[in-house]
Amino acid sequence: MTDKVDFTLAELMIVAASEAWRGDGEVVASGIGTIPRLGAGLAKLTHTPELLMTDSEARLVEEPIPLGPRGDYQPKYSGCLNFERMFECVAGGQRHAMIGPTQIDGFGQTNLSCIGDYQKPKVAMLGVRGLPGNSINHINSFLVPFHTSKALVAGEVDMVSGVGYNPARFSEHMRRDLMEIRHIVTDLCVLDFEGENHAVRVRSLHPGVSFEDVQANTGFELQKAPDMAETLAPSAEQLAIIQRLDPHNLRAKALKDNPPGVRSQPVGQR
Amino acid sequence: MDKLMTAEEAAGQLQDGMTVGFGGWGPRRKPMAVVRAILRSNVKNLTVVAYGGPEVGMLCAAGKVKKLVYGFATMDAIPLEPWYRKARQNGEIEIMEVDEGAFQWGLRAAGMRLPFLPTRCGLGTDLMNKHPELKTIRSPYADGEELLAMPALNLDAAFVHVNVADRLGNTLITGTDPYFDHLFARAAQRCFVSAERVEDRLALTAEEAGDNTFERYLVAGVVQAPLGAHPTSCAPDYGWDMEHLKRYVASAKEEGGWQEYMESFVVPGEAAYQDANGGSGAMGRLPLPVF
Repeated sequence: MTDKVDFTLAELMIVAASEAWRGDGEVVASGIGTIPRLGAGLAKLTHTPELLMTDSEARLVEEPIPLGPRGDYQPKYSGCLNFERMFECVAGGQRHAMIGPTQIDGFGQTNLSCIGDYQKPKVAMLGVRGLPGNSINHINSFLVPFHTSKALVAGEVDMVSGVGYNPARFSEHMRRDLMEIRHIVTDLCVLDFEGENHAVRVRSLHPGVSFEDVQANTGFELQKAPDMAETLAPSAEQLAIIQRLDPHNLRAKALKDNPPGVRSQPVGQR
Repeated sequence: MDKLMTAEEAAGQLQDGMTVGFGGWGPRRKPMAVVRAILRSNVKNLTVVAYGGPEVGMLCAAGKVKKLVYGFATMDAIPLEPWYRKARQNGEIEIMEVDEGAFQWGLRAAGMRLPFLPTRCGLGTDLMNKHPELKTIRSPYADGEELLAMPALNLDAAFVHVNVADRLGNTLITGTDPYFDHLFARAAQRCFVSAERVEDRLALTAEEAGDNTFERYLVAGVVQAPLGAHPTSCAPDYGWDMEHLKRYVASAKEEGGWQEYMESFVVPGEAAYQDANGGSGAMGRLPLPVF
């Protein structure tokens, strides 16, 4: 018997995000932002309980902390993971982070620094932050809340902040075997890098989205995974866990206009 | 031995062209009372080294920054630092941008009196092309690996803000994360500490003593600066002031906005600053952010 449940696109993406951490074992799961953080919590509470998580500050918890004001909820700390120790985790490779860069290219290179000329940029964002170190040292996944060819760009990103699978960027003496780019979860689909020579593939399409829709809004060429399917809808159990982790429904603000999980409007050229 | 001095005296140690580090992290535990004293001073052409928060934007807005060494400038809850952005987008400042992990590696190298420390953080990125001063080195061992030689971030002076200090320069950071203030202290020729509370001499329990993260020989001056991190947070004492930060952000959108911010909050001094922000009672009760 299948329960038919209503869900939002954000909830679909949270479940898709959680899949990125499946089977990772004892690594630090860093989900930055509402959807990645809920995805990491869902992963830990369902398929991958071995994951390490923090209170989004400096302490480890075994029970993911609900987002926002906590009411009577008391975090149960299990250890310390301040910034200094997080950098040790990064250098040691025991981490899988999911963040939302401003740009991503077909090599999986990312940009959080600036758009346009580096000396006098059109738009200055945050700076490279930890992307250089994260990208070369451990597993990374990415979230794209609005899938366009401005976010998933042709050629290379304007300022390569995080490295990807671009051999031209490395000398023969640099190690490239410590990194992995796992998934890109967007509001249209889930991408991976499991094609030949890390070619980008569409792993699954969100309900109501076609491969052609995705390709039309992506700056680089995509392949179809042989088992490309529809992104799995959240189960009633998963939705209940998400609700428990997000009692203030911050996920309703994670995407513009909080669209439904099953698309009713055509994607079109964005 | 008494290292107590005023914020003005600490800021007065700076000379034009110096390389200056600021402790804290983004909108957290920044030495803002001393930053305001620097903003009131005539010093200029600074190279600012920081895990950047509003101090970076304010020093840029005041035209005091020649060069910025950083991995980010952000106020987290307000991701984009408005005056940093302006300075960057107008091409007004030189920069050396590095990975935030490599950044602490550079401070560590300086503290250990080493020219560099090797890391992989930054290899293969545009940091290497944009900043030719970042060089690589080959491992002398059998692996022969090529690594980024993160240069030491040697500082002429550093400013950090802590919860408790004494006149000798002993310090306690009682918040959840000490960040990298200890490394700023070690990387600097002279480090000046501002503190929420200054005692004559600390007399601690063994547990309390664990909150001391660097030695007093690193401390050249101690400034009594209650609410001295405002508008950034100072866990566990008080949270950041979102209302103030929003007003600061708005100043970047207004004609003459910086001058008005200076006249409202910086020029009149710390007592007036507290009055303008609802008074010390309200400021001390600002709730810590919950994530």
